[in-house]
Amino acid sequence: MEYIGIIIVAILVNNIVFSQFLGICPFLGVSKKVDTALGMAGAVTFVLTIATIVTFLLQKGILEPFKLDYLQTITFILVIAALVQMVEIILKKVSPALYQALGVFLPLITTNCAILGVAILVIKKDYNLLESVVFAIATSVGFALALIVFSGIREQLSLTKVPKYMQGIPIALITAGILAMAFMGFSGIDQVFK
Amino acid sequence: MNNNLKVFFNGIIKENPTFVLLLGMCPTLATTSSAINGMSMGLATMFVLIMSNIVISLLKNLIPDMVRIPAFIVVIATFVTIVQMVMNAYVPALADSLGIFIPLIVVNCIVLGRAEAFASKNGVIPSFFDGFGIGMGFTLALIVLGAVRELLGTGKIFSFKIFPDNFGALLFVLAPGAFIALGYLIAIFNKLQDKKTN
Repeated sequence: MEYIGIIIVAILVNNIVFSQFLGICPFLGVSKKVDTALGMAGAVTFVLTIATIVTFLLQKGILEPFKLDYLQTITFILVIAALVQMVEIILKKVSPALYQALGVFLPLITTNCAILGVAILVIKKDYNLLESVVFAIATSVGFALALIVFSGIREQLSLTKVPKYMQGIPIALITAGILAMAFMGFSGIDQVFK
Repeated sequence: MNNNLKVFFNGIIKENPTFVLLLGMCPTLATTSSAINGMSMGLATMFVLIMSNIVISLLKNLIPDMVRIPAFIVVIATFVTIVQMVMNAYVPALADSLGIFIPLIVVNCIVLGRAEAFASKNGVIPSFFDGFGIGMGFTLALIVLGAVRELLGTGKIFSFKIFPDNFGALLFVLAPGAFIALGYLIAIFNKLQDKKTN
């Protein structure tokens, strides 16, 4: 029950894009086509889950016992940057097919604030390892959902006539605003799981 | 000096990070629920920008080209940690309301972008002005967005009452309002820029 609560809250109620404002850059950047959106969502899910596990273990295993909490930001970002490189190298060797699909998106992920954001959030919320993993996966599903729905809308939007100064990012942001309004309809569901 | 001023104003208008370059969208949207929050986020980012620009332009000949990005990230993360500790110590309420977005200055593309595009190629003084100008442009954009959202959402600006009590669509303080307000602001900025060039 507890885990179902975490999953539903992370996907619908506190959706990472529409209510936490994390990962907006890839959200606006790669949402012009559904295919690229799928690739990005896959890459984020992959890296987010691994990064959360690694940073969680670092925090509990090294930073906290040695009272080095203040190094959290610096450690996490370096570990994530190194991890993305490593995932890229391993993926290239082990599964060229997957690398083909995700390859272009991997370097972009280092500066995706969703990864570092979730790593820090998990520590802030005081989750244990299993809860952290569930939260990380659910968050990436939420990201994927937002990205895919939004890219579907943008594909339609590119066929419509938009006022000159609203073209591109402005109209995309307003669309995202209306989608965020729709996601607000889910707020309150989390009360059921308390 | 003239050149430095040009670099400074370039960051505010022509290369405004929020309205023109469209960088650093996450903190822009997340921390502008009121003008004061937007301003503090802007100032925190400006501090990191200026300091990291200065340090990186000083170290640019020492850092090997191969590892420059990780080196930049370490410098930036150091200053972010300083900001984080100072804010926790002196303005805990503000640190609470900005929350996770203070450590996330590290992944703000503006900071790394300026380090790579400007500070690693220029001297200390121009780098300082570049950081100052871009930081100022970012801060001004956040204040404008924060003020618009606060005014439409609660009828106040910087907590000063402008409209009577029951005025305001709460929507603009909440998440959807951030997207919608920023969308319209960018459209207005585009239009003004266009008028100026013609």
